[in-house]
Amino acid sequence: MNGSEIFGAWVAVFLTLGIFSYLYKDNPFYKIAEHVFVGVSAGYWMSMFFWTQIQPNLFGRLWPVPEGAISGFFMRTWYGIYNFFGVLLPSVFPDGGIDKGHGTHPHFIYIIPFILGVMMLLSVVSKWSWFARLGIAYTVGMAAGLRAYAFLNSNVLVQLKGSAVSFVGLDWFSLTDASIINNVIILIGTITGLLYFYFSKEHKGTFGKVTRVGIYFLMISFGASFGFAVMGRISLLIGRFTDLITYGSSTYNYASLWVLLLMIGLLAVWTFKGDKKVAS
Amino acid sequence: MKDKQFWSVAGIIFVLFMIYWVAGHPYFVSERSVMFWSILIVGGVLIYSTRMAKRGEKIFLRTIPGLKAVEEAVGRSTEMGKPVLYVPGIMDMDQVETVAGVVVLGHVAKMTARYETSLNVPVSRAIVMKAARESCRESYLLEGRPDLFHNDMVHYLTDDQFAYAAGVNGIMLREEPAACLYMGKFYAESLLLAETGNSIGAIQIAGTASPSQIPFFVTACDYTLIGEEFFAASAYLSQEPELIGGVKGQDTLKIMAVAVMLLATLFNFFHDLNMISWDVLGFLTVQ
Repeated sequence: MNGSEIFGAWVAVFLTLGIFSYLYKDNPFYKIAEHVFVGVSAGYWMSMFFWTQIQPNLFGRLWPVPEGAISGFFMRTWYGIYNFFGVLLPSVFPDGGIDKGHGTHPHFIYIIPFILGVMMLLSVVSKWSWFARLGIAYTVGMAAGLRAYAFLNSNVLVQLKGSAVSFVGLDWFSLTDASIINNVIILIGTITGLLYFYFSKEHKGTFGKVTRVGIYFLMISFGASFGFAVMGRISLLIGRFTDLITYGSSTYNYASLWVLLLMIGLLAVWTFKGDKKVAS
Repeated sequence: MKDKQFWSVAGIIFVLFMIYWVAGHPYFVSERSVMFWSILIVGGVLIYSTRMAKRGEKIFLRTIPGLKAVEEAVGRSTEMGKPVLYVPGIMDMDQVETVAGVVVLGHVAKMTARYETSLNVPVSRAIVMKAARESCRESYLLEGRPDLFHNDMVHYLTDDQFAYAAGVNGIMLREEPAACLYMGKFYAESLLLAETGNSIGAIQIAGTASPSQIPFFVTACDYTLIGEEFFAASAYLSQEPELIGGVKGQDTLKIMAVAVMLLATLFNFFHDLNMISWDVLGFLTVQ
């Protein structure tokens, strides 16, 4: 076990217990863990997006490594721009082009996302901040158009097909498999659940009773989903406890134990001082 | 048949389509005809309903308690002199729930501008930050209070899901908002946010279409807009005829969907008994 691994374990223990200390109340340890978490993750994601998306997928397509020597005025100018950027940022724009498996010819269609990206950046200049609206409009419009077809298929047609249940050749009842009673429940639950979301009629009388059945079905499904998700969260908690137990061993110089004791001690002092301040 | 223009255009399109069909309908993928009819019906019903609302025909919309509570929540914040916290989810503007969340934010911003209440909108995506800022700025301008708007009311925290949740929780504990509104797409952070809001005694209203997160909001929030209720929220809050017409159109489509479900079940039953040869499940499958 080298020093950096042990140091990493101590940091992990401190941050884990710092976040857990929130169960007591908002305190300096939680604040430190929260700010480190937010700050580091913001920087990490920015770096990740740049090196996994912008550099390989955008710049890598605009300026791939060309096949042979660059010929023609336009291409020489195009790669001249690249070389200019390369002088400023050689790690982003390496000499000769970016080889990320996007062929040898520039994909000029990618100038559109490049321009939209620049427009988003212009929002830092108040005079030109309206340019960013074009980027937002493109994102929303593109997503709406692109997903309309897929949503209509997966959220409507597949659901309709799934609701057309079978009643032939099945047992009357089964706890695990399809059965006539189960299929009747599916059909009634789907229809009444859907009718609950009918807004242009007051939920009164017979219609109100039908929609009430629908909300019962919804609540039962939410309850089942809740239980399932809680089980998932418990497994996450067990994962953190397993790590804390591992880091509490002699291999890591009893990191969990020492950090826990130190934290409890400091929290006690901090609380005591706070109480005295309030009293005075 | 009140909308003559609509029916005239529909008739012309029908005639043109019949000519195209008789001419051998090249490029028409018959295996996907169900999708073709679906797009045609959904589009037609929505356009018709929107035009109907625009013409001024009265459309009734039932009350949704969660939406009425939004104004109460902002009013409560005003009375207590505390801010309103608005969380537009953790996903980007390519998610329909985030778009709906930003639209509702615009209405909430109008209320906070009207009541001179502080508004705090932490976001986790750069594009959402820009869109939410534009939405708030416009609302404050429309209410005649541009002096109350400042860019920092919509601020970026981080893209990371749990770091964002930790950041928002910290804001809740330190600023103690009187109202917390969660409107957008949420994942596992939903309960972390809602539980913290509950612990500080804030009135909480959530709106999402994420089925796995609705239970957590139902448990920890005072009001929850479930799925379609959330998407209808902007129509309710704005009372704009185009949006109300859209809600009416969707209601019509829901009745059609119920009818299709019952008919499909019936046809499937007869098909299973070998009484008819037409396979309805095959027809509903997009190849």
